[in-house]
Amino acid sequence: MKVRDIVATLEGVLLTGEALLDVDIQAACGADLMSDVMAFVKENVVLLTGLVNPQSIRTADLMDIKVVVFVRGKVPPKDMVAEAERNGMAVVATKYSMFLACGRLYEAGIHGGGTREIR
Amino acid sequence: MKFRYEVSGEDMSLAGKASGEVKRALGRLGVNPAAIKRTAVCMYEAEMNMAIHGGGGVAEAELSPDRIVVTMRDSGPGIPDLELAMQEGYSTAPEWIREMGFGAGMGLPNMKRNSDELRIDSAPGSGTTVTIMVRFDPNEGPGA
Repeated sequence: MKVRDIVATLEGVLLTGEALLDVDIQAACGADLMSDVMAFVKENVVLLTGLVNPQSIRTADLMDIKVVVFVRGKVPPKDMVAEAERNGMAVVATKYSMFLACGRLYEAGIHGGGTREIR
Repeated sequence: MKFRYEVSGEDMSLAGKASGEVKRALGRLGVNPAAIKRTAVCMYEAEMNMAIHGGGGVAEAELSPDRIVVTMRDSGPGIPDLELAMQEGYSTAPEWIREMGFGAGMGLPNMKRNSDELRIDSAPGSGTTVTIMVRFDPNEGPGA
């Protein structure tokens, strides 16, 4: 699914990252815990998070995540968007909750995301 | 080649910047991308720990032909029970750190999982030094 379709599916607002609108994304990760993102993300994913602080952008950058969606109507401050822009990332804000945003993307065709064995 | 960064223990909005800079520097040098990512995860977790618990400190990354060694040194209170600290899910981080997306007890386990060697030298009152080594095949760089 292209980034532009993710924005449309989530009825989102693209805050930066016009150049990435045609990038193809096959998997998603919904998390507010950045250590979990670092522990579980293996693929090229869109990160959905409710964590509005610079750590979400930095974690995404470290994991080569190119698209970050802020859920629950949260809008990151300008300096965070600027940091994402410098890192060549797309940032999207959506009115949907984490559950609904993930559900809509799943329904629209993003099924990748990985699993981890129960230990 | 060696990089050195100061990590703030006061301004949490800066935490993670050193890791990002090391990641970009290694990328420019054409280091194997998988090794860069593993190094970045380890260093970021260690940087957060250093900022949260250690009161800041010094981060150094040294690149050799087949490995990256990151050394993170702080003068904080030290880790009283290392075995406990290594357990996934164990954390002493305060609530406000959890609100920043960290403090879930995944830091040291993440470092262990992503490194080839992890050494932690710590004792109560004498600070903590974390040494992370990530090996890579020098023939598997992006330009190889």
